[in-house]
Amino acid sequence: MLKKEYTGLANINGPLIVVENIDDVAYDEMVEVTAPNGKVRKGRVLQVASNRAVVQVFEGSTGLNINETRVKFLQEPMKIALSKDILGRVFNGVGEATDNGGQIYSENKYDINSNPMNPYSRQYPRNYIQTGVSAIDGLMTLIRGQKLPIFSGNGLPHNQLAAQITRQAKLGKEDEKFAIVFVAMGIKHDDARYFINSFEESGVLQNVVMYVNLADDPSVERIIAPRVALTAAEYLAFEENMHILVVMTDMTSYSEALRELSSRRGEVPGRKGYPGYLYSDLASLYERAGMIKGREGSITQIPILTMPNDDITHPIPDLTGYITEGQIVLERDLFQRDIYPPINILPSLSRLMKDGIGAEYTREDHADVSSQLYAIYSHVNEVKSLASVIGEDELSEIDQKYLKFGSEFEAKFLNQDKKTNRNIEKTLSLAWDLISELPEHELDRLSEELIDKYYRRKDENGET
Amino acid sequence: MEKQGKITFINGPVVEAKGMSGYIMRELVYVGELKLVGEIIELDGDSATIQVYEETSGMKPGEPVFSTGHPLSVQLGPGIIGNIFDGIQRPLPFLEKKSGPFIERGAKVSALNPDEEWELKVLVEEGDYLKSGQIIAEIDETSVIVHKIMVPPGKEGEIIDLVPDGRYSIDHVIAKIRDEEENITEIKLYQEWPIREPRPYSDRLELGEPLLTGQRVLDTFFPIAKGGTAAIPGGFGAGKTMTQHQLAKWSDADLIIYIGCGERGNEMTDVLEEFPELTDPRTGKSMMERTVLIANTSNMPVSAREASIYTGITLGEYYRDMGYNVAIMADSTSRWAEALREISGRLEEMPAEEGFPAYLPTRLAEFYERAGYVKTLAGENEGSISLIGAVSPPGADFSEPVTQNTKRFVRCFWALDKSLAASRHFPAVSWLDSYSEYLTDLEPWFKDNVNREWLELRSRAMSLLKEESRLQDIVQLVGEDVLPDNQRLILEIAKLIKVGFLQQNAFDDIDRYSDIKKQYWLLKIILYLYDQAKPLVKKNVPISQLKNNELFNRLLRLKSTVANDEVDKIKDFQNEIDDFYQQLADDYQ
Repeated sequence: MLKKEYTGLANINGPLIVVENIDDVAYDEMVEVTAPNGKVRKGRVLQVASNRAVVQVFEGSTGLNINETRVKFLQEPMKIALSKDILGRVFNGVGEATDNGGQIYSENKYDINSNPMNPYSRQYPRNYIQTGVSAIDGLMTLIRGQKLPIFSGNGLPHNQLAAQITRQAKLGKEDEKFAIVFVAMGIKHDDARYFINSFEESGVLQNVVMYVNLADDPSVERIIAPRVALTAAEYLAFEENMHILVVMTDMTSYSEALRELSSRRGEVPGRKGYPGYLYSDLASLYERAGMIKGREGSITQIPILTMPNDDITHPIPDLTGYITEGQIVLERDLFQRDIYPPINILPSLSRLMKDGIGAEYTREDHADVSSQLYAIYSHVNEVKSLASVIGEDELSEIDQKYLKFGSEFEAKFLNQDKKTNRNIEKTLSLAWDLISELPEHELDRLSEELIDKYYRRKDENGET
Repeated sequence: MEKQGKITFINGPVVEAKGMSGYIMRELVYVGELKLVGEIIELDGDSATIQVYEETSGMKPGEPVFSTGHPLSVQLGPGIIGNIFDGIQRPLPFLEKKSGPFIERGAKVSALNPDEEWELKVLVEEGDYLKSGQIIAEIDETSVIVHKIMVPPGKEGEIIDLVPDGRYSIDHVIAKIRDEEENITEIKLYQEWPIREPRPYSDRLELGEPLLTGQRVLDTFFPIAKGGTAAIPGGFGAGKTMTQHQLAKWSDADLIIYIGCGERGNEMTDVLEEFPELTDPRTGKSMMERTVLIANTSNMPVSAREASIYTGITLGEYYRDMGYNVAIMADSTSRWAEALREISGRLEEMPAEEGFPAYLPTRLAEFYERAGYVKTLAGENEGSISLIGAVSPPGADFSEPVTQNTKRFVRCFWALDKSLAASRHFPAVSWLDSYSEYLTDLEPWFKDNVNREWLELRSRAMSLLKEESRLQDIVQLVGEDVLPDNQRLILEIAKLIKVGFLQQNAFDDIDRYSDIKKQYWLLKIILYLYDQAKPLVKKNVPISQLKNNELFNRLLRLKSTVANDEVDKIKDFQNEIDDFYQQLADDYQ
């Protein structure tokens, strides 16, 4: 069928244009917009009535005019061509190659808004991924097929942590194929460079696919970028049987782009001006992580977001936390005390951990040790606030032990070098070192058997 | 001639069409060439607004809208239990067979399998006069649920035709009845019912029996009645879903309907993998034999999410009409409210608080009022629906509209506390913010079935916890050491209650489900210890002596060392407490 082209627009408002007197246009269809200077950019139909369509132009509407701009409707939703050649390549937010390798040509084109996964077809994720970071492995274990975001703040080392995880994560057994899909949404040039260098250093660059939308690139493309990247991830995972780790940064910029577009469309705003459908929209991205029964591959997501003003109740982290299977929360106070990674364990959590640890996967004591550490550390914080009122010296003997535990825990367990890769044995052994500093009767989450087996009892001389 | 409208406007799940004057409000329609499922939500002259339950990408103005003549309904018949449906009752296993692991659009499938045959046992005879809702025949749907074929509400009459016992598929006409106006109704193994209309019953009864959940903090401190309503509000990570899963597993209802409304896909998978493995402590059969799952996860179409809770409750009402106690878990009602908001926004309605439509409280009230303990339509049985809705307040702020409005219509409030969750105290139900209005209704039951002094014991424990929270405020300022010993003892006892009673480990084979008698004795033994220790404070026995680590630790572990059928072991523990404090008293004479 002939693709129809129309000349002239009825209205231009930011990245949105209105085309009138149209015929046979479908909702969500792709368009090509030709500016008066002959340059072609892409767009998508957001709303359509009998003779009028609202189109979102990806690179923005700068340079368009009312009379001469031409709009061609392509009669299909946005699709990208995918093949195994995407590995090791760099693309922009709408999936066009920006390195010197040329465009991807393939018979297989994929709709970037894939259909929702049938919950009945999912396979429950159980295999744990060792990241080599004690705080994560020990207390908020990452599971293959999970979506576990990093809640960070501006200036905190979330990029370093994400890079360390991708570098150290053992995604599969030796003979299994793995790859990283990296999608940057509105991040700084320097940050993008940091990631590329880090992939290069660890020698995985040929296994990385990058979709990069930088801070000064058109903001509408940010809404497309993660969808393009996840489509690529689904292709690699479920057709090429690979284990895929998707690093998405920064979800805050993504949500802001969504808000920008929503306000241009004159929609009724929800909290803090974000559209009422922010939850559903974020879910349509995050829920694309997972595993499918009978297929080998998997998609694990590590979205990164910077909490505006370090506020965890801000709509972006809040709605994200409601969708993702846990969160890793970075804290400024720990960062300022030079503890890396500055993970505040109390609000952090991995929901899938319970089924991916224990004797079968890590070690029998893992779940109870983790619960015990949480309980102790939570009490440490109570003691700290008490100490700040009455002074450390006034604390009871046992509370002083808790206080000591707190600083040891932060210095030895949480804190580790950016290059240090601790295995799970090492992490759990460190945990027992610390736990053994407290008297046995304080340990209400550990069974007697586990205490007998792992607790380091001291003789009179304080020797274990 | 079939009525046919034409699409004029498309904005996501909201579609407008003209040529719609013959259609009815809330009618189920098929939209576009793909025949996507939709529902008419507004009629204005010749045009209509339609909410479409599937993604509308690729749809064009000018495409047709097909009428069905009836409102959005569910199919009620054998084959519901053990199944998993989406928000508009499409069976997900069947969708998988049809379109693979990703759900394709326009997949029209029958909710119940039309080919499966069921062994029918007829209970009536030709010539009998049947009332509305009366039971005609039975089918063993699963090993624990007997499915009862009933006369549909609004129909009655004399049986003029009846099949013998045997195997039939759901489309088979098993009986014909003729009423006084000579209208003949065919009765099949299934009936249809519109999801937004509550199914009728003959009488609402008073609530007097608890829905036991095996969760100590709920059963003992904030019990819910069979036929009651409860809300579980909590921020993310506070354990709403975990608590809902525990309730679905261990509640003593006959049937559980679990609605995953706008939540995570993996959580539904977890239930699907885990439930068939678990054994129901009352029947000894697999949990899945009494469970129905409705899964409309967050990435599935938002308007079907709005419908999912109505689908779930209508299925529940159907089994209630058979005389069963049904418990419905909706996780999460906030996602449902957000779906309302999203659709309302697309309709450009005037928003009320935080962008939610002004009719949010009305809708919530309509939903929660469908719970209740009733006498069935024909008066043959009693059945109930208990409703437990999770609420996900943004930023864990309970002052937001969904939590506040839900509070008005539920009588049990199980508030989850973020700081308890952070210290891994689960279930993280706050004993200070939660409440149950069923206490007085249920008191006679507990007196007769558990112990005469149940309420008194509960009140004592509760006031100790309240006192502890007051003392903690002081401790935060001046430290524990300056408190007098009688108050320090209260702190220690409160800790026993918190750790040894309120905390419950969902992953421990013994601890995960506590029989109500065991609950009573666990609490009793803690307060017994308090009663023995308290007089010694007056005799100047120091707190360090009263709090014996070994004794306390063994008491704390009773919850996971004593099984439900070994309650005597807890009673025996009284002797050890006696011995210890007697010895101590003697030493300080």
